[in-house]
Amino acid sequence: MSFITRGFSGRGHERDERLPPGQTLAHDFPVLSAGPTPEIDTAEWEFSIATETGGVHSWNWEQFMALPIEEVDTDIHCVTHWSKLGTSWRGVSLDTLFEDVETQYEYVMAHSYGGYTTNLALDDLLDGKAWIAFEFDGEPLDPEHGGPARLLVPHLYFWKSAKWVRGLVMMGEDEPGFWEQNGYHLHGDPWKEERYW
Amino acid sequence: MSDASTATATSATSEPAPALAAMPRAGWHVATVVATRQETAKAARLELDVDGWPGNAAGQHLDLRLTAPDGYTVTRSYSIASSGPGTRVVLAVDKLPDGEVSPFLVDEVRVGDRLEVHGPLGAFFVWRPVDRGAVRAAGDGAGGAASALRARPVQLIAGGSGIVPLFAMATAHAEARDLTPFRMLYSVRTPDDLFFAEELMALAAASDVFRLDLVYTRRTPDGWPNLAGRVTRAALAAAVLPATERPIVYVCGSTGFVERVASWLIELGHDARDIRTERFGGI
Ligand SMILES: Cc1cc2nc3c(=O)[nH]c(=O)nc-3n(C[C@H](O)[C@H](O)[C@H](O)COP(=O)(O)OP(=O)(O)OC[C@H]3O[C@@H](n4cnc5c(N)ncnc54)[C@H](O)[C@@H]3O)c2cc1C
Repeated sequence: MSFITRGFSGRGHERDERLPPGQTLAHDFPVLSAGPTPEIDTAEWEFSIATETGGVHSWNWEQFMALPIEEVDTDIHCVTHWSKLGTSWRGVSLDTLFEDVETQYEYVMAHSYGGYTTNLALDDLLDGKAWIAFEFDGEPLDPEHGGPARLLVPHLYFWKSAKWVRGLVMMGEDEPGFWEQNGYHLHGDPWKEERYW
Repeated sequence: MSDASTATATSATSEPAPALAAMPRAGWHVATVVATRQETAKAARLELDVDGWPGNAAGQHLDLRLTAPDGYTVTRSYSIASSGPGTRVVLAVDKLPDGEVSPFLVDEVRVGDRLEVHGPLGAFFVWRPVDRGAVRAAGDGAGGAASALRARPVQLIAGGSGIVPLFAMATAHAEARDLTPFRMLYSVRTPDDLFFAEELMALAAASDVFRLDLVYTRRTPDGWPNLAGRVTRAALAAAVLPATERPIVYVCGSTGFVERVASWLIELGHDARDIRTERFGGI
């Protein structure tokens, strides 16, 4: 279904190929949050990965910053129809963090400070597809945008890039996280417009 | 998933996550404009009849898609000012002078036009009347369950067009004759910028449990007791239900407004889990 809207000609006619369907170029940085922005002190920050055997791998801020850091230049797509092109980030690849993690499970629940969760397939996190990012545009990541550190999974809608991330818990089956329980898609591919279900 | 992680998965919500199964399914619909009116000097109210609309809860929104003759499309989200069953949906759109979609909706759209909408969307920024039957049933049984079900007071905080979903909540509250204390703080630039002015005044006048507090940021009505100016932390502390009453707080407006208000609420002792926000964009 789609029909021409009477009287509408549109403004942005040179449509950018890098924009997935239904997205508009944003000049500011859109914010999608269900509640207030938490303030997290890096002195208390900790990130962990927990597996089915009860094994927990964890890093404090200092240990985390000692890991190999990558620069990431990427486009990001928010489910509220905004995209930003060519954003630059610094962070630690999930490949690095998963190096010593043994798991048979294929799904992950990302948990954030503040209690929010979002589910992902492990496949969407490995092989150079995801990072824990702590810098945006050369500056420490603002709390409003998920600082001190957020998940960065740029090939999925941005709510999957859990802000204020504090850990990943391996899951045997895919289960909806907070956003997904509230109507967002389980997977969230912007090129397929997997916004809602 | 382990029990520990299940507990954190739901801890962002103070109530259990609303069962999606109970929510109407979102889908694409054709909406016909059945009425338009000027809402403020810059804003319009659009009443739509949406083919196949499953009804919506107070606070939900929809996505609206416009298509140009050359196939170019653009989509924006709009909160719904109405709620309940039926296919009538009311929107109120504020015109951003440089915007692509809002000037079209405010200045160009007329009765009889058809628009594509997707919804209803969002299951978290939602308010539902207390199910009095359930409270009574629980009351007959275990006393603990009754108090758990007793609704907590509600504080609504709107900036500008952020009033739209909160107006839906205030109206749903009045229509259900719900006795949950409701208080609304509404910040607008001038008296001419009030959305739903008559309806809000009428709601406040008719109800003992709904209270409206207005803040004017640029110009006040004549004889207004306060000076024009942005909501400050002190003004917020004075006008909102105190944290000790454990209100559920809904905050809606531009991203900057919501960020400021929500961070002050935390400083004033409100639990982050009791604050629900909808950010419309902008700064
Ligand atoms: C869930 C949700 C519900 C919404 N509900 C409503 C509603 O009920 N009524 C309503 O009028 N709007 C609502 N909005 C905002 C709406 O989606 C559009 O962003 C708005 O109409 C501007 O679109 P535009 O195409 O005219 O402007 P654009 O061409 O998109 O933007 C013009 C400029 O204005 C800035 N801008 C965008 N939004 C805002 C804003 N809210 N305040 C200040 N500056 C802004 C942009 O960054 C840009 O620089 C809602 C947004 C969301 C996410």
